[in-house]
Amino acid sequence: MPVDEPPETKQTLLEVNGLSKYFPIKKGVLRKILGQVRAVDDVSFAIYEGETLGLVGESGCGKTTTARCIMRAMDPTAGEIMFRKASGDMVDIAALPEREMRPLRREIQMIFQDPYGSLNPRMNILDILGESLLVIGGMTDREERSERVAELLRLVGLRPEYMQRFPHAFSGGQRQRIVIARALALNPRLVVADEPVSALDVSVQAQVLNLMLKLQQELNLTYLFVAHDLSVVKHICDRVVVMYVGKIVEVAPTQALYEKPKHPYTAALMSAVPVADPRQRAAMTPLEGDVPSPANPPSGCYFHPRCPYAVDICSQQQPALEEGAPGHFVRCHRAAELSLSGIGDLDRPQTVASASSSDAGVGPIG
Amino acid sequence: MNPDHILSVRDLKTRFLMDEGTAKAVDGVSFDVSPGQVVGIVGESGCGKSVTIKSILGIVQKPGEVVGGEILFRQRGNGAAAAEMVDLAKLDGRGKEMRAIRGSDIALIPQEPMAALSPVHTIGNQLVEAVRLHQDVSKRRAEELAIERMTEVGVPNPAERMSMYSWELSGGLRQRVMIAMALSCSPRLLIADEPTTAIDVTTQAQVLRLLRGLQQNHGMAIIFITHDLGVIAQVADYVVVMYLGRVMETGPVDDIFHNPQHPYTRALLESIPSVHALSREPLPTIEGSIPHPFNRPAGCPFAPRCVAAMPGKCDRRTPKPTQLNGGQSVSCFLHNDAAEED
Ligand SMILES: Nc1ncnc2c1ncn2[C@@H]1O[C@H](COP(=O)(O)OP(=O)(O)OP(=O)(O)O)[C@@H](O)[C@H]1O
Ligand SMILES: Nc1ncnc2c1ncn2[C@@H]1O[C@H](COP(=O)(O)OP(=O)(O)OP(=O)(O)O)[C@@H](O)[C@H]1O
Ligand code: SF4
Ligand SMILES: [Mg+2]
Ligand SMILES: [Mg+2]
Repeated sequence: MPVDEPPETKQTLLEVNGLSKYFPIKKGVLRKILGQVRAVDDVSFAIYEGETLGLVGESGCGKTTTARCIMRAMDPTAGEIMFRKASGDMVDIAALPEREMRPLRREIQMIFQDPYGSLNPRMNILDILGESLLVIGGMTDREERSERVAELLRLVGLRPEYMQRFPHAFSGGQRQRIVIARALALNPRLVVADEPVSALDVSVQAQVLNLMLKLQQELNLTYLFVAHDLSVVKHICDRVVVMYVGKIVEVAPTQALYEKPKHPYTAALMSAVPVADPRQRAAMTPLEGDVPSPANPPSGCYFHPRCPYAVDICSQQQPALEEGAPGHFVRCHRAAELSLSGIGDLDRPQTVASASSSDAGVGPIG
Repeated sequence: MNPDHILSVRDLKTRFLMDEGTAKAVDGVSFDVSPGQVVGIVGESGCGKSVTIKSILGIVQKPGEVVGGEILFRQRGNGAAAAEMVDLAKLDGRGKEMRAIRGSDIALIPQEPMAALSPVHTIGNQLVEAVRLHQDVSKRRAEELAIERMTEVGVPNPAERMSMYSWELSGGLRQRVMIAMALSCSPRLLIADEPTTAIDVTTQAQVLRLLRGLQQNHGMAIIFITHDLGVIAQVADYVVVMYLGRVMETGPVDDIFHNPQHPYTRALLESIPSVHALSREPLPTIEGSIPHPFNRPAGCPFAPRCVAAMPGKCDRRTPKPTQLNGGQSVSCFLHNDAAEED
């Protein structure tokens, strides 16, 4: 399992360097550009072959925009997206013209959140799954396509007889299996899944998560798993990237992140997860305030207006993303001195230095 | 009706008559609410949670109709006189009596705050109107009360927000305004339909804490609807577990989570990934999917997906709710042979 291996022994499949995506804010008939929404702002991370990398954060933090840039469903404003081709060579797909991008499209596939919206209601399953086999895979023989579709349906646990049916005849969980089958049709190496189970009922969500784990092992897939449910992410991911207002605030192996988060925002996110146990009612000292707009982020550390540990420097200087422990990156001025609680540790967060008088008044606020 | 209860729903049946068939959206639901209690109704999509509360509020729309059962509600008594009881199921949803109850005794926090707030009137106007609907006060006094309410629900700079529109507020603030609105009549029963489903976890934590605090300060009862077992565990005193229009199990929150008796409750609890569980282990699942409401199975609705189903019994007859020790009640033949007659 990649979790225990040092990062050096792992082969990088995708490396994102300084990725940014700005959307212009336009106004008036002249569409004058008034400013920029910095949806993704100087983001860097790597995905290793065979692992599941989680991308978490609250609504609007830039998860989908990051995923869509990697898919080249939109052009990044700046940055590199290095992808290792099957031949072993790395190419920067951020700036690749569509003609050169096309052969790579089969290697990077996407699973969307909404299993209702992403399937054409007027096409049957054979045509839905056969479409990319034909268009991108160049599989012109109808017989061959239908055999491959049958194989794909079996792979995701559906009966091959279902291929004549239309999407409306399937439940939400079955539709998500079809979406997964479509993503796997061309034997991709990287699957970008944007909230793949968020729209599903609990009893069906477990089936789809198990399926994704099984397929990963059988087909040696690499996943970028976008989600906001921290329990689901903990269950399925090897490493996790936490974003806040378009920036990465923390990257760490899953276990380390959940046991000992190093960024105050990560710790706050975790303490806000409602635990399904009435004997563990949270102390409920939630974060105050709202997530700032990426069009107008605060000065210094974007989290400082809500951070219980903020000191003067936090509003003046933006902290850098630094590697505090091997493979554990944090963007916080005080990362080294803070000792934060993860999930399951219900003690109130405390600072290591809080005993010292110089630190008086810096503890958590209610 | 038990004198301890403010609301007693008995064998409620609500159907939707459509060309394709009849959807038994709510099919014999019973539960009670005591004053000051938080009752959580939990269940997967389409199990009838929203239709249940719409039935209570008398706002089920055609082609839906309450076709059976009682909804006994204890109205505010005058002084020492015994409080009066009404069967809401017998009232005309658009009638004067029901409208009065909806406005002053029972309030709703709807799932979609954006849809419930008017985009063309300021927050202040809407709050003032809500206050004056229930209290005969001057406009100025109503404004003061509105600002008080906004302060109470933690809206920063409430006086300034009075002149803002709902679309100018963040999701969390909008939900707080909805709560302020619902509180403006000092209800004794507050119904919240998935009040935190559309908002982020950190905002959800704020709203849950707020509701818990308000419940304690005002002593009102709350019916809290959600599909999130985590949220239920955090807020409810008493839990009603629904599946396909029926109640599978009810009981005190600790029993539901630590001593679940119905196979559906057990399977549901096992299938959620826990932050404490081992990563990457396959999760226990419930086979199959929720049947379409037109295609309801015979007998126990959970029988086709239940690992403990007894062929010849569970797929033929519908189990009756059985009272267990300690306030738990379960509808399952593993606990009692008694079936409902059809
Ligand atoms: N096409 C667009 N034009 C302008 N702004 C956009 C566009 N797409 C996204 N944004 C903005 O970029 C920011 C990031 O959006 P994004 O969809 O990536 O967030 P997300 O993390 O996926 O959120 P969610 O959890 O709600 O899906 C948001 O502030 C959003 O409003
Ligand atoms: N307007 C309607 N017309 C027809 N059928 C309806 C209507 N509203 C509800 N139903 C039926 O009633 C059943 C219960 O719906 P309800 O909205 O109560 O579910 P719910 O438990 O609130 O689900 P969710 O978690 O998705 O909100 C649905 O399966 C549906 O078939
Ligand atoms: S840099 Fe300062 S404000 Fe930002 S998270 Fe760290 S302590 Fe908080
Ligand atoms: Mg998104
Ligand atoms: Mg509902």
